[in-house]
Amino acid sequence: MSSGASVQSVGDSRMKRVLLQTFLIVVAVAWLIPMVAALLSSFRYFERDTQVNGVFSWPETLTLDNYREAWEVGGIKNAFANTMFIVLPALVLILLLSSMVAYACSRYSWKFNVFFLVLFTAGNLMPQQVIFQPLFRIFKNTPWPDLLSDTDTGSLLGTKVAVIFIHVAFQTGFCTFVLSNYMKTIPKELGEAAMVDGASVWRQYWQIILPLCRPAFAALATLEFTWLYNDFFWGSVLLNQGSERPITSSIAVLNGQYASDYNLIAAASMMIALPTLAVYLALQKQFISGLTLGANKG
Amino acid sequence: MIGTSTVSTDIAQAAPPRGRRRRFSQLSRRDKTVLFVMVGIPAFIHIALVWVPALLTAILSFMKWDNVRPVDTAEAVGFRNYWEIFTIFDNQLFPALFNNLVLIVWLFLCSAVGILLAYLLDKNLKGTRVYQSIYYFPVVLSVAVVGFIWKSVMFNRDAGLLNILWPGDPIDFVGDQSKLFEFNLPLLDFPLGLSTNFAALLVAMAWRHIGYIMVLYLAGLKSFDPSLREAASIDGCNEWQTFRRVVFPGLKPINVVVAVITVIEALRAYDIVAALSEPRGTEVMGTLVTNSLTGEGGGYAGRGSAFGMVLFLLCIGFIIWYVINNFRERDA
Amino acid sequence: MTGKIEKSPSPSEVGFSLMSRRTLLASAAAVAAGGVVLAACGDDEDEGGSGGGGGDAGGEVTFGSNYSDEKPKAAMQAAIDSAGLNVKVNTVDHNTYQENFNTYVQQPDDVMCWFAGYRMRAFAGKGVLGDISDVWGNLPDMSEGFKNAATGLDGKQYFVPFYFYPWAIHYRKSLFEEKGYAIPNNWAELLELCEKMVADGITPFAAANDGGWPQMGMFDMINLRTNGYDFHVSLMGGKESWTDDKVKQVFTNWGTILDYYQPDVNGRTWQDAATALGNKEAGMYLLGTFVTSNFDAETQQDIIDDIDFFAFPIIDPVHGKDAVEAPIDGFMMAKSPKNEAGAKALLTALGGAAAIDAFLAVDPSSVAANSKAKTDGYNALQQKSAELVGSAKYIAQFLDRDTDPDFAAKVVGKAIQDFLADPSSIDTVLSTVEEQKQTYTFE
Repeated sequence: MSSGASVQSVGDSRMKRVLLQTFLIVVAVAWLIPMVAALLSSFRYFERDTQVNGVFSWPETLTLDNYREAWEVGGIKNAFANTMFIVLPALVLILLLSSMVAYACSRYSWKFNVFFLVLFTAGNLMPQQVIFQPLFRIFKNTPWPDLLSDTDTGSLLGTKVAVIFIHVAFQTGFCTFVLSNYMKTIPKELGEAAMVDGASVWRQYWQIILPLCRPAFAALATLEFTWLYNDFFWGSVLLNQGSERPITSSIAVLNGQYASDYNLIAAASMMIALPTLAVYLALQKQFISGLTLGANKG
Repeated sequence: MIGTSTVSTDIAQAAPPRGRRRRFSQLSRRDKTVLFVMVGIPAFIHIALVWVPALLTAILSFMKWDNVRPVDTAEAVGFRNYWEIFTIFDNQLFPALFNNLVLIVWLFLCSAVGILLAYLLDKNLKGTRVYQSIYYFPVVLSVAVVGFIWKSVMFNRDAGLLNILWPGDPIDFVGDQSKLFEFNLPLLDFPLGLSTNFAALLVAMAWRHIGYIMVLYLAGLKSFDPSLREAASIDGCNEWQTFRRVVFPGLKPINVVVAVITVIEALRAYDIVAALSEPRGTEVMGTLVTNSLTGEGGGYAGRGSAFGMVLFLLCIGFIIWYVINNFRERDA
Repeated sequence: MTGKIEKSPSPSEVGFSLMSRRTLLASAAAVAAGGVVLAACGDDEDEGGSGGGGGDAGGEVTFGSNYSDEKPKAAMQAAIDSAGLNVKVNTVDHNTYQENFNTYVQQPDDVMCWFAGYRMRAFAGKGVLGDISDVWGNLPDMSEGFKNAATGLDGKQYFVPFYFYPWAIHYRKSLFEEKGYAIPNNWAELLELCEKMVADGITPFAAANDGGWPQMGMFDMINLRTNGYDFHVSLMGGKESWTDDKVKQVFTNWGTILDYYQPDVNGRTWQDAATALGNKEAGMYLLGTFVTSNFDAETQQDIIDDIDFFAFPIIDPVHGKDAVEAPIDGFMMAKSPKNEAGAKALLTALGGAAAIDAFLAVDPSSVAANSKAKTDGYNALQQKSAELVGSAKYIAQFLDRDTDPDFAAKVVGKAIQDFLADPSSIDTVLSTVEEQKQTYTFE
């Protein structure tokens, strides 16, 4: 079929393209329906519109009131600050630590490097709830100077530092895995040339390998930002002060009194989704090119 | 083909020389110390906060403890917790295991769809970026948002979109635990099967999972050597044959990753189920574990840990399979 | 929502919509201002009463609150302000608060919001609560019943009641008038009324069970009416067999009204069922008095004013209507608070009339536990609630407050869902409950 008459093949491939586009559009529409429904309802009044006329009636008026109210009642500003206080340091630490392990294990051969890669990767795949109770006790019994946290619990428990720690412990696994695969694709010659120049292990890592890993960092930053940002479990079980909790708990706050005020929750949902969406759109290109999970053996 | 400015897919194409990794013994003492620290600090954090608690949970599963009193009030009860969950709480454990099994099969189907979408998007059609963003969109949403969208906007029996579009009698997508199909197992005195509300939940899960896999696979496809594909089509392979015989096998490592992510996501599934307030019929291992270990009623740490260990053992089985596939050949 | 198994709410969590959101803050501020004046008068009294313990009553007291919704939060702030103490409030959304209470109580604030009954006793038994028997010396206006509800198994007090709210069958007055329905006094009359409603094209019972707790209320009421309070308490305490004919009778009775329910109970939220009551699709609705919070004060005041309730009808004349379900919400103290004197002073103040008056002025959703609280400001529903509970001989809390919460949620809650999905399976369902009950350690 590849050797058919050229006219027919052009017609064929145009037909194919149209079919393909149609298929992709249909899927995209199906994907968007739930989002659009939620978005629309976030611009409507609940009591005097949705509840009276039904969820899918034509809105009487569109309003931004839901956004304003969700912003105030949900304490979104403070919660967002909390989330950033957790996510940003955690992200930096995760990328730093995992790149160190990945570097040591993928660029040097020593006895236990496979063991460590396995350990980190397997740990990341563990169901998180399974380890919660012992972890709670460990944090509770680990003294932590109040100076290094913004609370006065005296132990790690109840501080954002604890949440950062558990994120780092968990997510380092996945990042180590991706980064070690990525580093293996960097030619050894680069390191060897540096070695001849007398560069230490640390300088090779810091000045040669790390800059080359930028695409992988971009990809991981996107994924990890999404995961950490959306974490609800650790943020709520390890932080006993409501004012310390991350943004995912804002929806929980709105969920009581207004449990049936879908429009208000929809507005909060939209606001909460914005940062992750923005990060994804901004890093989309690097995201795809940097996420080398170990493909391409040529 | 090696790019000069950035190392990205270009360098990735140039198959790295193998077996030329630096021998550890050739390094200076200072360098050795540096490497040791570089691995040591992350390893300490990881082991202390992930593996040690996992081990303690394993021990707890043989104990009776209420989660609140001091740990020394815990008493050893042998395999009692396991016996309880397999016999007395069988009407929760086995439906949960069955649902997890359904999820594995279902998410594999979803992964196939994700791979298909990735393959189509890799053709660089007009609007690829837009499609890609739309399909990926659900992945960036937090579970609370996803739960809200499906429970309140889509599934609601009295006013949900699906029931408005559905011509027949309204369906209780959230609460209807009647089975779509069921069968009996020899030792169980109740039938297992797929309940209506879990089937509905599968749709919500697919919505998230497909985009996730699509992106992972797209990344793999982007780094796949296009000359191999051209060669295949010159050899007279049609598109399906090219994919099946050249592209898919060429992406074996990423296939393994997708398979593992799929299985683990299926076994760990918890959050969307919880966001839909986990009615009867939708129980999965993740909800059983979490409710026993963290909820207000979580005064039965031993039983919860036993549920947890069942889940853990299932996961670890796949983890081992994955590790063997992923590390054996390349680090030999 | 992201919480796991949900628990029955208290009106503090859902609030009443008797005041608009806009007027709310203004009134809260006004009450708060008033409260400070009141507190200034009451301060000396508190100081005198709260002896013992370390810390300084004037120092900072931390207060863990699950009053996360706008109106109850403002109301609680007003109540705290009325105490005139230096209180630092830690507000956590109520669902997460309850879910995580097990761990929270291990790193608690000095004073914590919680519920009376088994749910308090369980934690008292685990030794994580502070003994506040001496505070009770300063609470003369609490009745003996409330004191019992605040007492642990060791005979000491661990709880200060704040308010309560009853569960009853709600209906719209205008609908009953229009159709000439009479309030049913016994089960036969109830069934008769249901038939009439069906004939009029109305669904007799609005019904929800999303989260697994709303229908526990129906079980409680039918059990209380069929078998009486003593049996109910004994059953909740794990002392009776769930395969007993008496329990089966409860489900048989329940089965006779299931045909009159809205279909597909298990997936409906209580709010959606309340909406059906509001627009007269359904005639009756068994729920706590917080049902009115589903309606907006600005646009649906007519519905709110139109909602009334009646006590659950008699099933067995022996028991009559002697029992009512009325959960009590209140406060507890941590085992070793940072500021014990301050915590006890705060508890004493919160147990006083001024605090609950300040609270109810902002959020008139429930009825004061303190007998000296102002009742002249009560609205019709509050007055009726007070009468209903006042006339009852026995007060139950709620299924998930009267027994092991894990047993309530994971065993009984699931059994009720199974029963509602397939009433004919009740024998299997009950034998499973009985079997699983054996693995629990009731007090």
